[in-house]
Amino acid sequence: MLFGFEWDLTNPLNFAISILPILLVGMWVTIQATVLGFFVALVLGLVLAVLKSAQSRFVAWPAKLVTEFIRDTPLLVQLFFLYYVLPEYGIVLPAFMTGALALGIQYSAYTSEVYRAGIEAVGKDQREAARALNLSAANTFTHIVVPQAVPRIVPAMGNYLVSIMKDVPVLSVVTVLEMLNVAKIIGDRTFDYLVPLSLVGCLYLIMTLVASAGVRVLDTHLPKQGLPLK
Amino acid sequence: MTDAIIRFDKVVKRFGDLTVLDELDFEVKKGEKVSIIGPSGSGKSTVLRILMTLEGIDGGVVYVDGEPLWHELREGALLPAGEGHLRRMRSKLGMVFQQFNLFPHMTVMRNITEAPVKVLGLSRKDAHLRAEELLDLVGLADQAKKFPHQLSGGQQQRVGIARALAMRPSILLFDEPTSALDPELVGEVLTVIGRLAEEHDLTMLLVTHEMRFAREISDRVCFFDRGQIREEGTPEELFTDPSEDRTREFLKAILD
Repeated sequence: MLFGFEWDLTNPLNFAISILPILLVGMWVTIQATVLGFFVALVLGLVLAVLKSAQSRFVAWPAKLVTEFIRDTPLLVQLFFLYYVLPEYGIVLPAFMTGALALGIQYSAYTSEVYRAGIEAVGKDQREAARALNLSAANTFTHIVVPQAVPRIVPAMGNYLVSIMKDVPVLSVVTVLEMLNVAKIIGDRTFDYLVPLSLVGCLYLIMTLVASAGVRVLDTHLPKQGLPLK
Repeated sequence: MTDAIIRFDKVVKRFGDLTVLDELDFEVKKGEKVSIIGPSGSGKSTVLRILMTLEGIDGGVVYVDGEPLWHELREGALLPAGEGHLRRMRSKLGMVFQQFNLFPHMTVMRNITEAPVKVLGLSRKDAHLRAEELLDLVGLADQAKKFPHQLSGGQQQRVGIARALAMRPSILLFDEPTSALDPELVGEVLTVIGRLAEEHDLTMLLVTHEMRFAREISDRVCFFDRGQIREEGTPEELFTDPSEDRTREFLKAILD
């Protein structure tokens, strides 16, 4: 994507302006990887949380083991594993997909704990009241537990969204052209690293601030009457 | 069998090594108002929690309306009941909790209508109408749109009573309904319970520390101690002339 791209090295400002469009393309990749990774983390984390809270320990224990394993190994190891090992077994995914998947898997270990804590924070008294009113298990979960758990979960999930965003540059090692990788290549070509890397820092700051603000807006607009929140 | 709507037959309940109910025999007649008093840890609340199917039992049989609560009769044998049986039995009972246990994310109206709509299959409109009647009964007709945290403890507990009544139980269980309330709020809740006791043919089982109230509304008072009924009788008998030393000690301690 960088072949044939022109930049203006006459002064730093012109240089910055000339490379901004290509950095924005990289930023778009970063955003896509973040969103996809976060989505995988939300879905897989919920699955893990449900499995971990299963009555049968033959279900719960493997899920706990998997969570622990994912959490205690570096993202880079998992990424390399997916990128280099899976093709040996005939599963070939584009680098971008592999990267987003690795992010999602890594963060599912964290999100599963957020789900679990959120669900457990809905007290036994609520479940007992639901039982005394003869509400079914499904109704209790969807109408009593989830509405009370979600407002508790949102702020923590928002933090992980920002963390995933900041971990996307790791994907550059498997050739994903996210924002940092683009900046590095520009630096390699022009021998000027200061401007592209500074721009990356600024763009990152904008992205994380916007994401945090979004989470905060969501948080303040969720109904949470009388929920004992911290 | 007698006209007992509730019957405990040698019921045993253990929490680990602790035996909470020790072969308890206990009966309540249809429409009877029974108060259970006794020191903490004597198993009073456990009796209610077993009836509401919040706690299982370790021995004996509990009958509600002549049918075993925790067992099903299959091929002539009493077997542990499945969820279907428990749900059917549970529909006969309602419970008012010490800590109210209202749903904090729902309005007062929604707290009362949720189960009738979801469980009894009432339309929202019918459930709404019934809830309005009940709110009127507990003196909270103007509070329907509020959330529990906007109400005082006494008001919350009255919503709890309305919520339990909305399921039209024939037996209503009160688990220390005023113990979590500030003293000045106890009266309004007791007034509501007292009115229910007078005007309805509900069977009521009340665990309480409010001795004067128990004396006023009960047909019978049971003194629980260490997992058994130590003494029972009419309020007159039990409060003015207890026959057991243990009862006398307890009453003296709590009334002084």
